[in-house]
Amino acid sequence: MGIAFENRVTAPQLPSRPAYGDNQTGTHLPTRAGSLNGVIVPEQPGKNAIEVRGVRKVFGTGENQVAALDTVSVSIRENEFFTLLGPSGCGKTTLLRLIAGFDFPTAGEILLHGQDIAPLPPFKRPVNTVFQSYALFPHMTVAQNIGFGLEMLGKPKAEIEARVTQMLKLVKMEALKARRTSQISGGQQQRVALARALAPQPKVLLLDEPLSALDYKLRKEMQIELKRLQHETGITFIFVTHDQEEALTMSDRIAVMSAGKILQVGSPRDIYDRPAERFVADFIGETNFLPGTVVSKKSGVATVKFASNATIAAGYPEGFDPTGEVTLVVRPEHADLVPDPAKGTVAGTLANIVYFGTDTHYHVKLDGGENFIVRHQNSRSAPVTYATGAKVGIQFEEDAARVLKD
Amino acid sequence: MAEPRMMDIKDQPGFRTVAVICLLVLYIPVLILMIFSLNSGSLVTHWEGVTLGWYGTAFLNDEFHAAAKNTMIISVTATIVSTICATLAAIGMTRVKPWRGLAAAFMVINLPLMVPEIITAVATLSFFALIAGAFGLNFGIGNLILAHTVFCIPFAYMPIRARLEDMDLTLETAAADLYATPWNAFKRITLPLLVPGIMSGAALAFIVSFDDFTITQLVAGPGQTTLPLYIWNQIRRPMTPEINAISTILLMVSILFVSVSFLIARRRAK
Repeated sequence: MGIAFENRVTAPQLPSRPAYGDNQTGTHLPTRAGSLNGVIVPEQPGKNAIEVRGVRKVFGTGENQVAALDTVSVSIRENEFFTLLGPSGCGKTTLLRLIAGFDFPTAGEILLHGQDIAPLPPFKRPVNTVFQSYALFPHMTVAQNIGFGLEMLGKPKAEIEARVTQMLKLVKMEALKARRTSQISGGQQQRVALARALAPQPKVLLLDEPLSALDYKLRKEMQIELKRLQHETGITFIFVTHDQEEALTMSDRIAVMSAGKILQVGSPRDIYDRPAERFVADFIGETNFLPGTVVSKKSGVATVKFASNATIAAGYPEGFDPTGEVTLVVRPEHADLVPDPAKGTVAGTLANIVYFGTDTHYHVKLDGGENFIVRHQNSRSAPVTYATGAKVGIQFEEDAARVLKD
Repeated sequence: MAEPRMMDIKDQPGFRTVAVICLLVLYIPVLILMIFSLNSGSLVTHWEGVTLGWYGTAFLNDEFHAAAKNTMIISVTATIVSTICATLAAIGMTRVKPWRGLAAAFMVINLPLMVPEIITAVATLSFFALIAGAFGLNFGIGNLILAHTVFCIPFAYMPIRARLEDMDLTLETAAADLYATPWNAFKRITLPLLVPGIMSGAALAFIVSFDDFTITQLVAGPGQTTLPLYIWNQIRRPMTPEINAISTILLMVSILFVSVSFLIARRRAK
């Protein structure tokens, strides 16, 4: 192994443009202006915390080669709550591990504030991780776990103690600081794992599906808690999840991944309202797919004709040129039922009504044969009631339909 | 109708009887040996009365002292050295990228468990004879320590390796993530978590060395009598209950170590 064994990591003085690396033996933790409990203004507003450039990661050799990441590039801004979202096996965890330094890219660069950190071992990167299994040290107390990173950085005892106390307070665990990690609940372990990773004030905090082991109610609580911690510490969070709801509610921006590629990066609203591809629309939320034919297009809006001869104006993503037979996507809540089939853009037969408490889903079998779901929010005033088997029309809200790449 | 159940072997006819017979055959001789160590007569077959006198005789016996001292020197040294070797071997075979010959190395380390002990004994004897002949080297009691160390390694290796394999590798990853160098991660995370395995391995190694007879008998030179050899020499003469007393002491030491090993294993499972 080419890694030198050292007894202590020292924090060297920072040059104006810190070089994380090669000849330096130490990890450095940049000092941050402002207090941890206040909202910290980033030193370089608008700059990227992490820049992933053309990163490829191939596992295995020869015929067994699998590209877990296929030339991925993405920029993550300072102070951002950034989520990598995708189904299992899409490469999101691999990307996280490359940023943490647990794996090394086959090709490409990973820049942290402008310096390539891709070749550095994890203990030389000012990046900390909250693991899915928490990975708390079982032979140490809660306080010792939280202080471990600072201790390894060779911080003075008094500083470690002060910081541990501060972190215990931040995650509301002061009362349990002397407990063994095996003597606290799953939710509490989660908080300790967070405190441990935040204590050394990393430049970037990586979270690998940290909420997946918690039950529904605790998960909801921790989502809010995580947002609060991110806001209070001002640290860039990179969050990995397969849960689209979690991603939508917590993130500043989301990268949707599939099969080792990033398909779309954008705000939750962008991703939900203006999905770039069919996969994104399908993966995030419920979506209706309708076949149609493009008859004309002008400045980002295509006129699409259905089999019923009705037409609709549909937006499409930049860089995509829809022609001929296309698929339209419409969110269930962007459509409405009308009792008169003739008044709808499309018409069909009501096949099923599913009551969800907050809203009701109407499953319509369209005259063309497709299934279409309309979501209607329930309210106190009882609107028109429908019966299964009735002929109904479906109207679309303005901008409801989009043409997407398959 | 009876509820369908998994077969319970305890309900099979004759099972209890067989189990009881097995246990009796195993433990009655040992029990008799222990009881006769309290015999006030001087025969190991004829009971006369109760006394602790033979324990007193044993403790005042210089030959017993010498044998006990040799045994402790050999066992303790062999335990320490073999446990260190076994720990390093276990780490080298679980905390590295798979290398060519890993399976072969595993076989080589564990082969002594499969080789008949008398073969190992003869081989060891020939080896030391060869060295003595070729270079005029004789390490005295060192020969025994060396021989014991070698055959103790696989016994110490097993629990240490098992412990390493059970350990969550994410813990070491987490330590590296929190700025621990590989050496610090080992010292602060891996090693403390490995201690129960090391203790358990050391206890096993000690027991194996402590009561070894075959190899010791062949390799031991004059003045290198260990406790098992001493007992064997005594029973060739007319036996007195003193030998029962010495055997009982040995047995107690063994039981103590096995218990410690077991308790440690149970604590780590918690």
